[in-house]
Amino acid sequence: MPHDAHDDHSELGEMDVRVRALQTVLAQKGYIDPAALDVLIDTYQTKIGPRNGARVVARAWTDAAFRTWLLEDASAAIASLGYTGRQGEHMIAVENTETRHNMVVCTLCSCYPWPVLGLPPTWYKSAPYRSRAVRDPRGVLAEFGVHLPESTEIRVWDSTAEVRYLVLPQRPEGTEALSEEELAELVTRDSMIGTGLPLPKRDAR
Amino acid sequence: MTYTSHADLGGKEGFGPVVQEPEALKFHAPWEQRALALTLAMGATGTWNIDMTRSARETLADYDRLTYYAIWLKGLGRLIVEHGLAERDEIAAGRMLHGAAPVQRVLNAHDVPETLARGTPTARSATTAARFALGERVRTRAGEIPHHTRLPRYARGKIGVVDRVHGPHVFPDTNAQGLGEQPQWLYTVVFDGRELWGSRSTPNLSVSIDAWEPYLEPLR
Repeated sequence: MPHDAHDDHSELGEMDVRVRALQTVLAQKGYIDPAALDVLIDTYQTKIGPRNGARVVARAWTDAAFRTWLLEDASAAIASLGYTGRQGEHMIAVENTETRHNMVVCTLCSCYPWPVLGLPPTWYKSAPYRSRAVRDPRGVLAEFGVHLPESTEIRVWDSTAEVRYLVLPQRPEGTEALSEEELAELVTRDSMIGTGLPLPKRDAR
Repeated sequence: MTYTSHADLGGKEGFGPVVQEPEALKFHAPWEQRALALTLAMGATGTWNIDMTRSARETLADYDRLTYYAIWLKGLGRLIVEHGLAERDEIAAGRMLHGAAPVQRVLNAHDVPETLARGTPTARSATTAARFALGERVRTRAGEIPHHTRLPRYARGKIGVVDRVHGPHVFPDTNAQGLGEQPQWLYTVVFDGRELWGSRSTPNLSVSIDAWEPYLEPLR
C-alpha cells in the first residue's frame, strides 16, 4: 500500500512538472498571463457549477412564464439569471414528463453546458458513459439507481455540435410548500444531465 | 489519406460500467486545473479554433490510454508545435530557447470574466434557405470521412427525422482543417433506437444528433 501511494505520487509529480514546464515556456514567450491562469482556475473551482443550473430549474418549477421561456429560448432565459458564455452559447432545455425521460451525452468528446453545470464529471467524459449512453441508456440509468418503466420513452441527446442541452427534471411530489431556494436544493447535477432524478423532499441537501 | 479519430465512442462495447464520483469532486490533482487553464488561455490567443483543438486531441495515437486532462495537455502541446508557437526542445527543457511568434491576443487576468461570459458563439446569419424542414425524413451520409467530422459512426447511413432547425453554424469539418468557417444549416435529427441498433434495441428509445446540412440527404 505505501508502495502504491509512492508510485501515485511520482506520477502526479511528473505531470505537475510537465505542466509547469509548458507554462514557463508559454509565459516566457509572452503568450499567456500567469495571473489569468489563477483566475480561470478559481472560476471553475468556485464560481461556475451545477448550483447555477439548479437555480434555473427551481425558477422553471415555480414560475410558469419562465418555464415557457426556458423551453422556447433557453439561451435567453438562462442569461436572464446571469449564466452565459463559454460552452453555453447556444442552450436548449429539454423537459422530462410522465412519458419521456431525457438524457444528455457527448459521444465524440465531452461537450457539456459549462455556465449552468460547471465542468463535466469524469464519468461523463469517459468511455463507458460515452459508448453506452446512446445504445444502452436503461442499463446506464440502472447503474445510477434510476429505473424507468419500459413504457417511458428515453430520448438521448448526443451533443455533436455547439448546442448544449440542459434537462429540466420533473418537480418532485409533495414540494408545493417549498420556496424556490429550497427547491433548488433538491436539484442534483445528475438530474440535469438526465442520469439522475431530483432528490425527494425529505433528502434535501 | 486516412483520418482516424479515437474519440468516436458511441455504441462501442467493452468499456465496462460507469464509475461515478461525488458532485463536489472537480479535479483529481492540481496539474489538471493548470492544464485546463493553459488550454483556455492559449485558445484565447486566437491561433487555432475549437475544431482544430478537437481534431488534435482525437487523433492522438495513445488517446485510449490517456486520462482526460492528459489528452488536453498532449493536444495543447501538439497545437503549440504545429502552429509554430514553440518547439519540442523548449517544451522538454521547460524554458524558451527560440524566439516568440506573434499571437493575436493575450488573455489578461482582468479580462477573464468578460471573455468567459461572452464565449464563442458559432451561430451565423443565414445567406441561404434551409434545405430541410421540421419533420422531414432524412438519411445521414454513410462511409468513411477523411477528416475531422462531428457525424458519429453509429449515426452514419441512418434514416432520421428533423426535430429542430438551429440555423447556420460554423462547419467543423472545414474549420478544423483551416478551410474556414463555411457556415452550414444545423439540425437536430432524431433516430429510432431500432434504426441505430436493430430490432433488439431497448424499447422506446430515440437518439438525436446535431447534424450540419452536408451530413444529410433527402429521403425520397
